[in-house]
Amino acid sequence: SSSFDVSNWSRLASLWPLLYGTSCCFIEFASLIGSRFDFDRYGLVPRSSPRQADLIVTAGTITMKMAPSLVRLYEQMPEPKYVIAMGACTITGGMFSTDSYSTVRGVDKLIPVDIHLPGCPPKPEAIIDAVTKLRKKIAQESFEERTFRPTRTKYPNLSSPHRFVSIVNTKKYKKKLETQ
Amino acid sequence: MNSRFKHTDPIVVSMGPHHPSMHGVLRLVVVPQGENVIDCKPILGYLHRGMEKIAENRTIVQYLPYVTRWDYLATMFTEAVTVNAPEKLANIQIPERASYIRIIMLELSRVASHLLWLGPFLADIGAQTPFFYIFREREMIYDLFEAATGMRMMHNYFRIGGVAADLPYGWVDKCLDFCQYCLPKIYEYERLITRNPIFLKRVKGVGFISRQEAINWGLSGPCLRASGVQWDLRKIDHYECYDKIDWQIKWQTEGDSLARYLVRIDEMKESINIIQQALKLLPGGPYENLEGRRIAQEKGRMNWNSFNYQFVGKKSSPTVKLPRQEHYVRVEAPKGELGVFLIGDDSVFPWRFKIRPPGFANLQILPQLLKGMKLADIMTILGSIDIIMGEVDR
Repeated sequence: SSSFDVSNWSRLASLWPLLYGTSCCFIEFASLIGSRFDFDRYGLVPRSSPRQADLIVTAGTITMKMAPSLVRLYEQMPEPKYVIAMGACTITGGMFSTDSYSTVRGVDKLIPVDIHLPGCPPKPEAIIDAVTKLRKKIAQESFEERTFRPTRTKYPNLSSPHRFVSIVNTKKYKKKLETQ
Repeated sequence: MNSRFKHTDPIVVSMGPHHPSMHGVLRLVVVPQGENVIDCKPILGYLHRGMEKIAENRTIVQYLPYVTRWDYLATMFTEAVTVNAPEKLANIQIPERASYIRIIMLELSRVASHLLWLGPFLADIGAQTPFFYIFREREMIYDLFEAATGMRMMHNYFRIGGVAADLPYGWVDKCLDFCQYCLPKIYEYERLITRNPIFLKRVKGVGFISRQEAINWGLSGPCLRASGVQWDLRKIDHYECYDKIDWQIKWQTEGDSLARYLVRIDEMKESINIIQQALKLLPGGPYENLEGRRIAQEKGRMNWNSFNYQFVGKKSSPTVKLPRQEHYVRVEAPKGELGVFLIGDDSVFPWRFKIRPPGFANLQILPQLLKGMKLADIMTILGSIDIIMGEVDR
């Protein structure tokens, strides 16, 4: 274990989300506060002011009118801060990605996102799963990265089951197949 | 002391789109002078997603997932009005079992909506505890919905001609159990809240709407019924099978926030009563008849039991061609009169799909109600009008 395990643990065990929601995903987020899916057991206490929050779960469709407000809220949160893009509307625009003239197609056009959480709306168990994955991600943070966190970087899971396989196209096919 | 405050200029405060109460993204530009509110201007549009324009490029069945995102607390009503519009336009009758299932689902949705109105309303006033209590009941309603439709919130359940799937085995018993459980809980809410002196001080006499004003502003729903007008679309339009069930319109005469609260609590009890009666009167029979009619019409041409189709488990709903007519249908949503004005164009896509949301019309009275009130009354009045920004902005 390293010296930043303690600091990582202290941050992941008490993520305080901003009580933010525009649309239907917020109702699923709010039912996490209820007693059936209790998110206080993960240390999440919802805060109304962005100055006191360190996690923003963008719950609900972001329209072009709401976008500056969201970016301002994100900028008002103090570092270190994390973002969970909740619901299909905030990942790619969701069901409004084809014909809507005012929806922002994905909140990662506005703010850097750590966890994308699919669903329309995602069940509260799925939101808890996203929080768990965010905790695991925070646990792997190191001090050197803290001063420089590039946006829109994908952090692959260290213990991924996929193996890297080289390109299979060897260009040595049988001549018969090529002429057919 | 008083003379110093007489010369303070009024300041303009923007209670911006993000504020701690859970009323969605509504921006109120408030002009207070000290603690009194002089003027208030609501600014909408922070959730405008272009629902009506999207409707012009979708068939009704393709559009059904979108409509639950208007009023996401009472989702069955939005589906009901979207499906009623082509049904009345093309004059499609639905089987009786489907009508009763719709009534049960609509009234469950009404209870769910009023419960989730109650939680944030009291949380804004300062009582945080009922918020946890309502989620207990609302989770049970969600479980019932998930068993019947597959989704907790955004069920894509209603179809033109009936409902998408029949109720699962044992659902009727579970729903009766829920009704027997929920009714004493509503009485518990009344015992805890209604005679609480702090609550009464906050809510009594606040936001008074007179009977004539309520009619002039075009309010609907509990706001109208709390001002003494006995107007309930379920009794006036005689839609679905509400006439076969014995129930009363709940109304009050005072017109303040306390009256609106009492109307909604009484409506919850009446909805439980309607659900219990409808469950006992539920007939057998088909739950949807457009599919059966289409199969009967194509009996000679398509062989649905042949090799190509015999393992197809999912029925595709037939697409209805909307005739070149216009029509306005409405339902009594928990927030008021939710209406859809549909202009068909003799194709599968509507020409114009105009949504009349209850929250949009009810929100217009807010500036007038707030003049002369204290800052703390803003959230009480806004909560008692019961708006949801998904349908106000569409």
